[in-house]
Amino acid sequence: MTAYDPSAPSLQLTRDGQLKHFLTLDGLDRPLLTDILDTADSFIEVGERTIKNVPLLRGRTVVNLFFEASTRTRSTFELAAKRLSADVLNLDINTSATSKGESLSDTLLNLEAMASDMFVVRHSQSGAPHFIAESVTPGVAIINAGDGRHAHPTQAMLDMLTIRQHKHEFEGLRVAIVGDILHSRVARSQISALKTLGAKEVRVIAPATLLPTDVQSLGCNVEYDMTRGLEDIDVIIMLRLQRERMEGALLPSEREFYRLYGLSTEKLKLARPDAIVMHPGPINRGVEIESAVADGLQSVILNQVTNGIAIRMAVMSMAMSGQVAERSQAQSNALPKGINS
Amino acid sequence: MSVDQQPVIRIANGHRLTTNGREQNPCSLLIRNGRIEALGEQADQAEVDQTIDATGCMVTPGFTDLCCNLREPGAGQKGNIASETRAAAKGGYTTVCAAPDSSPVNDSGAVTHLIREVAANRSPINVLPLGAATRGLEGELLSDMVGLSAAGCVALSNGMSTVRNARILRRAMAYAQTFGFTLMLQPRNHALAADGFAHDGMVTTRLGLLGIPEVAETAAVSEMLLLAEETGVRLHLSQLSTARSVAMVADARARGVLVTADVAMHHLVFTEQALGGFDSRFHVLPPLRTEADRQGLLAGVRDGVIDAIVSQHQPHDSAAKRAPLAATEPGLSSIESVLSLGLGLVQKGELSEAHLIAALTKGPATVLGLTDNTLSVGEVADICVIDTRATWTPTATNILSAGKHVPVTSRPLPGVVRHTLCAGKTAWALA
Amino acid sequence: MTALLDMDQLLDQLESGLREQLKEREISNPVLVGIRTGGVWLADLLNRRLGLDGPFGELDISFYRDDFSRIGLNPRVLPSRLPFETEGRDIILIDDVIMSGRTIRAAMNELFDYGRPASIILATLIDMGARELPIQPDVVARKLSLAPHQRVKLRGPDPLHIEVRDTDH
Repeated sequence: MTAYDPSAPSLQLTRDGQLKHFLTLDGLDRPLLTDILDTADSFIEVGERTIKNVPLLRGRTVVNLFFEASTRTRSTFELAAKRLSADVLNLDINTSATSKGESLSDTLLNLEAMASDMFVVRHSQSGAPHFIAESVTPGVAIINAGDGRHAHPTQAMLDMLTIRQHKHEFEGLRVAIVGDILHSRVARSQISALKTLGAKEVRVIAPATLLPTDVQSLGCNVEYDMTRGLEDIDVIIMLRLQRERMEGALLPSEREFYRLYGLSTEKLKLARPDAIVMHPGPINRGVEIESAVADGLQSVILNQVTNGIAIRMAVMSMAMSGQVAERSQAQSNALPKGINS
Repeated sequence: MSVDQQPVIRIANGHRLTTNGREQNPCSLLIRNGRIEALGEQADQAEVDQTIDATGCMVTPGFTDLCCNLREPGAGQKGNIASETRAAAKGGYTTVCAAPDSSPVNDSGAVTHLIREVAANRSPINVLPLGAATRGLEGELLSDMVGLSAAGCVALSNGMSTVRNARILRRAMAYAQTFGFTLMLQPRNHALAADGFAHDGMVTTRLGLLGIPEVAETAAVSEMLLLAEETGVRLHLSQLSTARSVAMVADARARGVLVTADVAMHHLVFTEQALGGFDSRFHVLPPLRTEADRQGLLAGVRDGVIDAIVSQHQPHDSAAKRAPLAATEPGLSSIESVLSLGLGLVQKGELSEAHLIAALTKGPATVLGLTDNTLSVGEVADICVIDTRATWTPTATNILSAGKHVPVTSRPLPGVVRHTLCAGKTAWALA
Repeated sequence: MTALLDMDQLLDQLESGLREQLKEREISNPVLVGIRTGGVWLADLLNRRLGLDGPFGELDISFYRDDFSRIGLNPRVLPSRLPFETEGRDIILIDDVIMSGRTIRAAMNELFDYGRPASIILATLIDMGARELPIQPDVVARKLSLAPHQRVKLRGPDPLHIEVRDTDH
């Protein structure tokens, strides 16, 4: 059972188990994650056509609700929505303005007047998309584009797609996630996805200051040392290190971090020879990863962009589909029995 | 308070709860002029104005709460003395301590007088103000403790706030000790708790929430116990949340430290798991911790290391709770649910009925230095009639508190308070 | 009912109909594109029967259906596979059954997203009538009219056979 969180799955799934919001990977089972990856594969093919748009979400409005600036993530969501033929509205909501009085629920009330079909939400607070999913009018799908330290499920799923493209299956894989796990919503979602998809081992490699207190409860093994940590590893995921970690006394210096946990050509040799190297970006060269490794043959950092669009198209169309299914279910329940057979 | 023209009341055929547990045989109580005048047959035969049929019900002393936020003076949208004391009476309480965390903070005699005056006019039960131990609860300057006491504060408390500087804490204790005041402190190391809002453990790890580690409490408990031992102050630790703290308090008591402690009912019932779906209602301070902690706290109540169970009632307007978890204010609207949650523990066999009621009555009274109410002849008639077989389901409409964020909704809870008498006057009666 | 529909005979008819069309239109180098799933099996067979050298295409029209707002996304969607340039080509679009014509509309929309073909010939094994759109196949092996509650579906791939079933439960 991965369903740890009793309310989240029911919040993001329809009664018959279809996705209707996409908030977290916790509580989603392997068939559903595989469906997302398979659907994304079909969208990758769409991306190779002369005309890259499909009419799935024609006439629907997708609002990119970004309370935390991220041009890169917003752009892929925007492109994904446009390739599904949706109308896209980008709202960058300055959180400092909302904190001056207008609460998130007030902001939502104002947005509901726009009759949108989907909110793509990025917020600095963990759980904000959950809160929005609980508060919005039924029928509106919420897609989590990253919330606080909690989850970044589309990023994790695009990483899974990349891993599947290179390693074909998850069974038997040993994956190392290196760096600032504590502050990383991406790492949390990746660990969840890898465990559900059946990876043999997820190893987190970091000093104790950059690990959540009870990280083993997520089902991963902890290593403090890269030499031991990279042994037998098939996939290395390097996380981004924020500069402010030095100020909070979590780390002494970037130089020391790179010396101990940076991925250099030498350290890469400790992993399996066919290991792939991933990084959710943007990369701090010389802090998390040596340039030669980032640009090297084992690096799969670049094709993550194509996958990112395809995953987001898959998740958006599946969640919209779940909302459609729920609405027609509700309608058929409202009708006299038998009329729909 | 004048008691001259009070109706004479008989509580008929209820089962009194004494220190030995619930009495087998029913026993009526006769109440005249605010006191228990007679028991048993004598009470049955007396001529009365009103009879409260308590057949099958448990009759207990009215409850005393060491930590209740009445939100007056201050945030009117969160509640006021009238609304919250009515809620408390419905919950079986006849005495509540008003936490100093009002706005303005109760750090002056003027505020204390205001609270007492409003309570005298609007409250159906006794309101005992707690004075702020430091000015503005800021933990920097001592408040006029003697002045506050003279104005009617029964103890001094630093409310939800911490005294970060150990030197100031030591002086606050020494000063309180000088005049024999009880000092109530919620143990929390400010730097370790930082900006967290949930137990640093499995749930924060999974949900990516900022955590408050166990050591944020135990480090503070350790510091406070050592300082209390040195200064000799009567220290009351408010709302313990970890099993380790209970053990530390037991140790300190064994070596003679004058320390008492309480726990909030929600810490005996819920764990960190309650936050699983980002349920902001369970954003409380101190945070809900692990099952092992819950067990340790329950054992503390059973063993008497923890003297009192409190409501830590914190009513809020809905906006304060309608936001992503980290943006919400801590606290549950709990005072109407404490008894029912406790009876739930009794049903599960985790606490005896006698322990539960003692921790709601005798325990807190002792902490405050009040006389113990044993439902005997001559005592003040602060009485609660509880139908333990009946159930009720909290909803936004039947909750009297202005705060609707109650711990349990849409599920029946055991135990209905049929009648609450405060000094012989009806404070609450089930319609 | 299935006995009336001899598969070899139907395929022969489809093949000869197509040969006739190609001759008439003077098309020498067509490509076959089958609509998933039945159309793909037929495209495979006809590709061999017509002696075409190149690969045939497979179209999954799930992303182009016009009933998304009623039934949502097909959870079993697979990537379309058109391993050739369609721009300027003569395409033979194949499906097992035509009824409303909506599938064909979706398929043609999808085809045009790959480029502008020179022409499209539509071939279906069975024509059920009941058209809702002005779309007519150029080649049909068999016309059928069934009761409103009956549906026909190609099962396969080995052996390929036609199944008629009632939709009433």
